Amino acid sequence: MTRFGLNGALSVGLVALAFGALLVGPFGLTPGQTVAALLGQAGDQAQIVVWNIRLPRVAGACLVGAALASAGASYQALFRNPLVSPDILGVSAGAGLGAVAGIFLSLPVALIQLSAFVGGLAAVALVMAVASAVRGADRVLTLVLTGVVIGALAGAATSLLKVLADPYDQLPAITFWLLGSLASVTSADILPALPAVALGLVPLVLLRWRINVLSMGDEEARALGIEAGRTRLLVIAAATLVTASVTAVAGVVGWVGLVIPHIARMLVGPGFGHLLPASALIGAGYLLLVDTAARTIAEIEVPLGILTAVIGAPVFVWLLASGRRGWT
Amino acid sequence: MRLAATDLAIGYGRERIGADLSLALGPDEIVCLLGPNGCGKTTLFKTLLGLLPRLDGALALDDTDIARMSRQDIARAIAYVPQAHAPPFPFEVLEVVLMGRTARIGTFAQPSARDRTIATEALAALGIADLAGRDYARLSGGQRQLVLIARALAQEAPLIVMDEPTASLDFGNRLSVLDRIASLARAGSGRGVILSTHDPDQALALQARVLAMSAGRMIAEGPAADVLTPARLSEIYGVPLTVERTASGRRVCLPAVQSSAATMT
Repeated sequence: MTRFGLNGALSVGLVALAFGALLVGPFGLTPGQTVAALLGQAGDQAQIVVWNIRLPRVAGACLVGAALASAGASYQALFRNPLVSPDILGVSAGAGLGAVAGIFLSLPVALIQLSAFVGGLAAVALVMAVASAVRGADRVLTLVLTGVVIGALAGAATSLLKVLADPYDQLPAITFWLLGSLASVTSADILPALPAVALGLVPLVLLRWRINVLSMGDEEARALGIEAGRTRLLVIAAATLVTASVTAVAGVVGWVGLVIPHIARMLVGPGFGHLLPASALIGAGYLLLVDTAARTIAEIEVPLGILTAVIGAPVFVWLLASGRRGWT
Repeated sequence: MRLAATDLAIGYGRERIGADLSLALGPDEIVCLLGPNGCGKTTLFKTLLGLLPRLDGALALDDTDIARMSRQDIARAIAYVPQAHAPPFPFEVLEVVLMGRTARIGTFAQPSARDRTIATEALAALGIADLAGRDYARLSGGQRQLVLIARALAQEAPLIVMDEPTASLDFGNRLSVLDRIASLARAGSGRGVILSTHDPDQALALQARVLAMSAGRMIAEGPAADVLTPARLSEIYGVPLTVERTASGRRVCLPAVQSSAATMT
């Protein structure tokens, strides 16, 4: 199958999966009733279940999965390292700290999201500033290591806030958020994140060829005619915007940005023009499946971050152990 | 297109690696840069490509100072063939060659059908058209080196800088890569190639102009046959060397005295 064909098949699969997810839940709905509800021709109850409960959740899972996987594919190409993910550069840790600070200060939900977003961007800005102040070392390695350091620092600050937080009211909210969940997501949460994710994806799509060239290394990219520093900065900013926007909605959901791009690369190869849509589609479908499981397998909601880790870690070990040359 | 360096000083930041380096490269020319390990060959090449800022002196393409040119303009004039390496991702050979087209397409553009034709022709010109669909990361060192040279061809730059293009190759591949390099810069091609090598015989075989470098200085310049005298070779490499003629009239560089290892046999 051609790469276009594969991405087409993935799109069709995602739509089918999304429709299937709309049928799943405690309130029984037939496919016919669901279609009717989507068209606004079903009873009030079905209408509310589909439009207010299930659709936001399905859309949220797709958005978060697509965004994290796209950002992961971008970071991996940019840092020439298949082990890199949105967690690197401190994005997730910074966004986590921002959200926890928001919850600690009892801010309204919208401000907590904004705070998570600002935290993620601030962490990356700090990482870049520190890394550019370090001279004479491998620049990419410095960036990644600085990301680990800033991430650890943000993690420490988050732990401090957890200790100080009200154990009955705030701590459960903080814990739940740090584990990632779409349990309480509404369209009011998703709609503001949509334009931010779209805005971040625009440079990634437009620069898809140059991102390929950047993955050959800065020096070679410059010799091939790219202002590597400037382009790299723009792509990092874009991928971070994408990550922070969805982290603000769903909390910290790990592993998606690390594992999904690998699977996408196996299917369509490393060319970013095909890799980006394939990562987004597979990421969306994957998180949709996981989230649907999270809300159905047990009486209580299982936090997303726990499921993605339980699934992601063994898959990643398998990827490592299969030892495929070039991380295909 | 002519690249001219005058009294160039090279190095990293405050650390000066070489100084008073002058050279020129124009069409239909092959220049061989010889010198021992660590004498500054790679640093000089990176400076010529504008990848490292020069510390002193002048460096111009035709009459334009390289420091004032965009990366795109430099890439349209000079192509760089780095030492063969393995990329982190399994790109197809054709994709790697297409990367040579980057300076010729818009910032947000994708390579067009025409770019693909040019890349395919570049592979064909080096006799490796059959590799187009292969995984670059799985090629042998010699094949990768040829692919990187094809990429430089696809870049359509009149000048090509090659950093030790034969360094990690076996004997057969070394000769075939050298052969291709010779045909790249043949008279009338309009191309100029500068390459570094550890093998003075290559300079003789290519009938190149030789630049001999030692400890960050240029110690000799001229046609290979004139520059590569026993005295000069011994000076460059720090061991006694001689040049002998074979029965067929070719010159080869050899140790001046038989080494103890050779005497024992």
